[in-house]
Amino acid sequence: MLNKKRPDPLDIWSDQVFDALLAADIKHVAYVPDTGHARLIERAIEEPGMEASVLTTEEEGIGLLLGAWLGGERGVLLMQSSGVGNCINTLSLVQNCRFPFLTLVTMRGEWAEFNGWQTPMAKVTAQAFELMDVLVYRAEQSNEAVKIVSAVADTVFNGDLAAAVLFSQRMIGRKEWAK
Amino acid sequence: MGEVTLQSSGPLERRKVVSELLQDRGDLLVVTGLGSPSYDAMAAGDNDANFYLWGGMGSAVTIGLGLSLAQPKRPVLVLTGDGEMLMGLGALATAGAKHPRNLSIAVLDNERYGETGMQLTHTAHGVGLAEVATACNFDSSVVITEMDKIGPFRQQTQSTDAGLRFAQIKIKAENVEKVLPSRDGVHVKNRFRAHLGFSPL
Repeated sequence: MLNKKRPDPLDIWSDQVFDALLAADIKHVAYVPDTGHARLIERAIEEPGMEASVLTTEEEGIGLLLGAWLGGERGVLLMQSSGVGNCINTLSLVQNCRFPFLTLVTMRGEWAEFNGWQTPMAKVTAQAFELMDVLVYRAEQSNEAVKIVSAVADTVFNGDLAAAVLFSQRMIGRKEWAK
Repeated sequence: MGEVTLQSSGPLERRKVVSELLQDRGDLLVVTGLGSPSYDAMAAGDNDANFYLWGGMGSAVTIGLGLSLAQPKRPVLVLTGDGEMLMGLGALATAGAKHPRNLSIAVLDNERYGETGMQLTHTAHGVGLAEVATACNFDSSVVITEMDKIGPFRQQTQSTDAGLRFAQIKIKAENVEKVLPSRDGVHVKNRFRAHLGFSPL
């Protein structure tokens, strides 16, 4: 009651990350939603000149970003850890065509998780990327998320490389199941 | 019902269809699905504005979609097969949701997985693709069984504002000569981007 409306902590670092994506000249945001990406998705939809594309399955985003790159534009794929396994074969496009590939992944199944069905993929999310030669970075603290995303975007787009940033579930916060 | 013989498939010859689709292509940018559609496009004439897939099965439509969004002033054609299309059927929903006006998808449908021994695909078992595209918010979706319908579809593919278009083209289940495009993805990517004025890293 004292303090009417404070910004959600998730919104604060998400806004910072979104600004880092803008600064990196990202024009395409392809996504399968997750609570931890909600703010980024909202911002992408609202941003003039940015194409936000909802996917039916995560690997579609790899094709979409390759197409955008063929057309001269940069993009990012937003997904949750459960979607990373869906991407394995399609990541061969990244290796075979060597185009800059950036993905931001919200972790489920690793901290204060209610739904154990998320855990098997969470345990191997990083390894799944590494199997396909995607560099893996991890943000544990909300105050480091923007620095990591900005640095990884530089690495990816300056080096024609592929990299994922995993946002830890602890940083995203406990999902409230009672609501 | 549901009875399919190995002889049954479409009436059209794939090389004639693709040659007609790609003639006088103007500004058209082309993405080909792995397997025979890549060979068909190559047989019609190699072109810097072709992006040939050799893998990533199921990705042809999403690549065409990303390209059409990044290049709204160029018409984009995805040329793929029924098997490749079926592996990424959800991509039709994703394309329909974005609804670019410069994207066409042509599925060369021989009702077979041609690369692996001509096993029957779903389209040989009563599954419609054109109907899926219609339900996925495409502006037009047709089944083509006659050569004289290819020309009008080609004209639509060369427009940047005719809407999102789909054609399921019924072709014979025939083995034709393999005319192989480059398998070097980096080379084909760089060549395609150079065509659009973008340099390598």
